Amino acid sequence: MGKFKKGGSKELPEISTASLPDIVFMLLFFFMVSTTMREVELNVDIMVPSAKEIVKLEKKDLVSNIYVGVPMRKFAKTMGTEPQIQLNDQFSTVDDIQAFIAAEREARKEELRNKLTTSLKVDQYTKMGIIIDIKQELRKASSLKLNYSTRETAE
Amino acid sequence: MARKTPEINSSSMADIAFLLLIFFLVSTTMDIDTGIYKKLPPIPEEEEIDAPKVKQRNVLAILVNRNDDLLVNGEVLSISQLREKTKEFILNPLNSADLPEKKLTTIPFFGDVMVSKGLVSLQNDRGTSYEMYIKVQDELAAASRELKDEKAMQKWNKKYADLNEEQQDAVRDYVPMQISEAEPKNVGGKK
Repeated sequence: MGKFKKGGSKELPEISTASLPDIVFMLLFFFMVSTTMREVELNVDIMVPSAKEIVKLEKKDLVSNIYVGVPMRKFAKTMGTEPQIQLNDQFSTVDDIQAFIAAEREARKEELRNKLTTSLKVDQYTKMGIIIDIKQELRKASSLKLNYSTRETAE
Repeated sequence: MARKTPEINSSSMADIAFLLLIFFLVSTTMDIDTGIYKKLPPIPEEEEIDAPKVKQRNVLAILVNRNDDLLVNGEVLSISQLREKTKEFILNPLNSADLPEKKLTTIPFFGDVMVSKGLVSLQNDRGTSYEMYIKVQDELAAASRELKDEKAMQKWNKKYADLNEEQQDAVRDYVPMQISEAEPKNVGGKK
């Protein structure tokens, strides 16, 4: 019955850390692939409203964003505290929207241009007046696909 | 004579990888954009096209004022009642004279069925809050989804989202939900 050795060396063998870099690299690649870098710096405070019947917005490269909200505190002196429109990186007015849509279309490949969706990221306390204006401008620019950005309601 | 190249110590590899990992961890945003999808109506090409006349009983007029109060067909409602009201409006279960007419339509899978001619009309004040607007849209979408789920359950014992495309089309024809947003009155033309 001497098949099993008893005792043996009391010291625990050291765990090999040679595979640690591999594990870390794996994690690293996961995050590198799943990362989307923030494209624009927000100049307005936005807390989008919540809703239940939401859909996921697919094909992020075919989405152009329009932000509407109250300017952040550092801009309060120059821009006031009324909700403002932000296109790309700067404050804009309703009249700039058509040019913005045209530029967004220009930046896409020709066959994808009519698939462009506009995502409205609007603060929940904004009044509808400004949004009605934006919608009119979008219709004039015949950019008819619209997405109201919302959070999912926590149930 | 072949000289042995000394092995490079790779124990710091992990540190480098960790550093990169932490950078990506911090800079990552994994939010998925979600939202309510809508299609805007195109601007009518010619001025002053007469809007098709719709009978009053076929319209569910939803008005939202600047204090975010809801008026549905002349009745003040709270937002939580809107969904039931809309469903009742579209279904018209008792064929009452105040609720929309129905039209006999042939729909694949269902055969000849009565389809509501109801139309939801939504009008906001410029002072309505965006939050309220989204809530109304959300309730209407929820009502529409519940109606579709109901029909799909009756027929196939499945939810609407689980049906195939043809079945979804059929259900969509069965319980149509047309939402028309009133043209803003003081915008357009005079700018």
